[in-house]
Amino acid sequence: MSYEAVIGLEIHSELKTKTKIFCGCATGFGAEQNTHVCPVCLGLPGVLPVVNRSVVEYAIKAGLALNCTINKFSKFDRKNYYYPDLPKNFQTSQYDLPIAEHGYVDIEVGGKQKRIRITRIHMEEDAGKLVHSGTTIRDSSSSKVDYNRTGVPLIEIVSEPDMRTPEEARAYMEKIKSILEYIDVSNCKMEEGNLRADVNVSLRPVGTEKLGTKTEMKNLNSFKMIESALSYEIERQEDVLEDGGEIIQETRTWDDGRAMTVSMRSKEKAQDYRYMPEPDLVPIVLTDEDIEKFRATLPELPDARRARLVKEHGLSEYDAASLTASRAMAEYFDAAVSAGADAKLAANWIMGELSKHLNSSDMALSDSAVKAKMLAEMLGLLEKGTISSKIAKTVFEEMWQTGKNPGVIVEEKGLVQITDTKEIEAIVDKVINDNPKPVADYRGGNAKSIGFLVGQVMKQSKGKANPAMVNKLLKEKLG
Amino acid sequence: MDLHKKSAHELHDLLVRKEIKAAEITDNYLKCIEKAQLAINAYTTVLAEKAKEQAVAVDEKIAQGEKIGFLAGIPGAIKDNICTLGIKTTCSSKILADFVPPYDASVVKKLKDASAVFLGKTNLDEFAMGGSTETSAFGTTHNPWNTNYVPGGSSGGSAAAVAAGMAAWSLGSDTGGSIRQPASYCGVVGLKPTYGRVSRYGLIAYASSLDQIGPLTRDVEDSAHLLNIIAGHDAMDSTCASEAVPDYTKSLVEDVKGLKIGLPAEYFVDGMDEDVKAAIDKAVSDYRSLGAEIVDISLPHTKYAIASYYLIACAEAATNLSRYDGVSYGARVEGDDIISMMTNTRTQKFGAEVKRRIMIGNYALSEGYYDAYYLKALKVRRLIKEDYDKAFEKVDVILAPVAPTPAYEIGSIISDPLQMYLQDICTVPLNLAGLPAISLRCGTSKGGLPIGMQLIGKAFDEPTIIKAAYTYEQGKDFYKEVAEVSK
Repeated sequence: MSYEAVIGLEIHSELKTKTKIFCGCATGFGAEQNTHVCPVCLGLPGVLPVVNRSVVEYAIKAGLALNCTINKFSKFDRKNYYYPDLPKNFQTSQYDLPIAEHGYVDIEVGGKQKRIRITRIHMEEDAGKLVHSGTTIRDSSSSKVDYNRTGVPLIEIVSEPDMRTPEEARAYMEKIKSILEYIDVSNCKMEEGNLRADVNVSLRPVGTEKLGTKTEMKNLNSFKMIESALSYEIERQEDVLEDGGEIIQETRTWDDGRAMTVSMRSKEKAQDYRYMPEPDLVPIVLTDEDIEKFRATLPELPDARRARLVKEHGLSEYDAASLTASRAMAEYFDAAVSAGADAKLAANWIMGELSKHLNSSDMALSDSAVKAKMLAEMLGLLEKGTISSKIAKTVFEEMWQTGKNPGVIVEEKGLVQITDTKEIEAIVDKVINDNPKPVADYRGGNAKSIGFLVGQVMKQSKGKANPAMVNKLLKEKLG
Repeated sequence: MDLHKKSAHELHDLLVRKEIKAAEITDNYLKCIEKAQLAINAYTTVLAEKAKEQAVAVDEKIAQGEKIGFLAGIPGAIKDNICTLGIKTTCSSKILADFVPPYDASVVKKLKDASAVFLGKTNLDEFAMGGSTETSAFGTTHNPWNTNYVPGGSSGGSAAAVAAGMAAWSLGSDTGGSIRQPASYCGVVGLKPTYGRVSRYGLIAYASSLDQIGPLTRDVEDSAHLLNIIAGHDAMDSTCASEAVPDYTKSLVEDVKGLKIGLPAEYFVDGMDEDVKAAIDKAVSDYRSLGAEIVDISLPHTKYAIASYYLIACAEAATNLSRYDGVSYGARVEGDDIISMMTNTRTQKFGAEVKRRIMIGNYALSEGYYDAYYLKALKVRRLIKEDYDKAFEKVDVILAPVAPTPAYEIGSIISDPLQMYLQDICTVPLNLAGLPAISLRCGTSKGGLPIGMQLIGKAFDEPTIIKAAYTYEQGKDFYKEVAEVSK
């Protein structure tokens, strides 16, 4: 039998507010243990939460960017469960009236567009971090709790089970990340756990509607992990079903080292969280004007930007999609173009040389010494023929290393292309004299051997001779 | 000069006139505490040295010619569920027996700013769950008028301290009558402000949507002064109202002419004590002769109030008290693993009544029961509020008994939780509605115990109930009495 996977994602994203969701403590990552704490986030007796307005604002922006309806009446609830990383033993979250609902994003896999529906987005507080003496809480003789993360604001984005393949799940996650980055509400640093996904998957025979039993994999924090875990889990479920077995509803962890999912706990009896309205907080009440005010602050989002790049600059869909995947890159492109760069040339250089350099040095675009304006200036020199594309690479490298302007580099290093006919002619004459065999070959009808001669001229001119002129002169002289 | 018999405003006048020093007042109170604490057990912690220092600081201010505020140098006590920086705050529970808060409750900050003197922390029913102070892990508090009797609760320590001359004033908290009922049993004035009038920040939560801090005092005048100090918006409490705070002392005028006072039939329950009934009837006729108009009213959903209250309060309590797990503060009883550590801690360190309410609350919130219990309780709560809204279209204040009986004997009903809960019939409905009420003495039982009445007001209309209470009080002298107790 052939099966179809049904996949849904719950994405947790830490919001990049300066302070925590219910107190004034800092949210920064990597501080010394238990230094970003106060009576409120420690859940001491008698304390009360006060909602950080920025959290609500960011959640609303996320809702709008993900095409959701913003609820004009929304409230917080207590989700009750005991765990030592949760100082109050309840998590303040949103249950039946979340801030946003009924949204969607469009993804593209293998050239095909697909709409993934978003069920809801709600706000909640993050828990602390346990540091075990062993590897898990069960095999440890003691555990320490770091409360720095306690109360860091999160939004949880819950999708409908609309994805069918690991690739779709990855594309969905990438899209969510890209949008959250665009609207600047999350750092989206997956390696720091800013953005993580709980992934649900079940199988059903192709052509049937009824959902199969699902398993859940929690806290996947890289695209690769999502794809690998899903691929593995789909295969595992397929094997179980093929052997006539039954899928057990459970939470499984993805063991990255062993590249497999491992059963964590059975979810047959769903935990009863005994949700109740949070009596210490007042409901969030919004007007249409409030919501429209937030909508007006949204930047151009990836889909719109991509369409504009295709339409205004004639870029290919592929190039436009690559450039707009991150807001930083898209803005870099726009900046380069508005500084006078040719759009297609800029696209090639950004996706080529610049991306290569960023990737190999693991740097963010904002850290690059080559600013958009500098790239535009260099591309200008290239277009005018002041430098050749070969020299351009040298210039780029120099800009990357030193942050100097391309004009300065070209001048300092004497990299200006030789366009003086006499100067080139002298070199051409010398090369013809020094290479009688290739010259004879060419004259004998082997057109290819001119390539060698051009190379020789370029070499002797240290790459500075204008290749077009070299070609033209050689042909004339050998003619 | 019997300093311990004086009200805060009398002591304030003496200080202003420099007829006495703050240090003397405090010393006198500390002596009274020493004399009566063993018999009454009003305090969980006495802060003798700190109190003396605070008093001396006020004397220095006076000596330097500084103008002092109403409460400067006046010694009082704080219920031990209100957090005090660096001072044990136990909630009269073993689980917090050694808990020292690293911060002050907002009301405590305000009292400190007012240069009040803190004599100590007062006993309560464990986590304010009870109406007799008998559920305290540190022994019951005794009624100063007859030490075989309960002082009421949960603010029993706060009420007994004021009644026995062991404090000039105190703070309590009222979730379902915990200020008004002990005030009534002990013959002092207890004010439960409108929900949101006083910040709850630092009040260790029992039931968040019902809890409210308020003063217990010798007389209505002190009550108005205390409310002036503690009321007002607090950025640390989202449920705290931003309504402007009037000067409540402006309501200290004798004037009830034309005031419409409602008598709710449902509060005069079957089995109500004869003495209580007689005292309330007398108060009603006193008001009538003072020029007030008495109107019979009905609050038809009152009969559902106890059930609704215990479901909502217990549900909130169940989650509020989840945090006491032995992990990062409070008592810990070790176990083989994290679950058994938490279980052992909670099993051994919570008392029976607290455990009972946690279980009721968790049951009410459980899947499959939520709609039938918790949600229904919330609906009843709305109906009860609407009853009051309708009544207040016709009347200015509502007069009712505080409890169906005067104080009862220690141990007489503690083993019957339902009987205990039913005692709250007159007090819990207005917590559900968030309304203010003042409880003051209106008589004495044949057994010599005080009997109180309560005046219930519209939301944020504390001025009217203060005025009505003040007017009534002027013709009486029993509020000037102090129970003389000694070991």
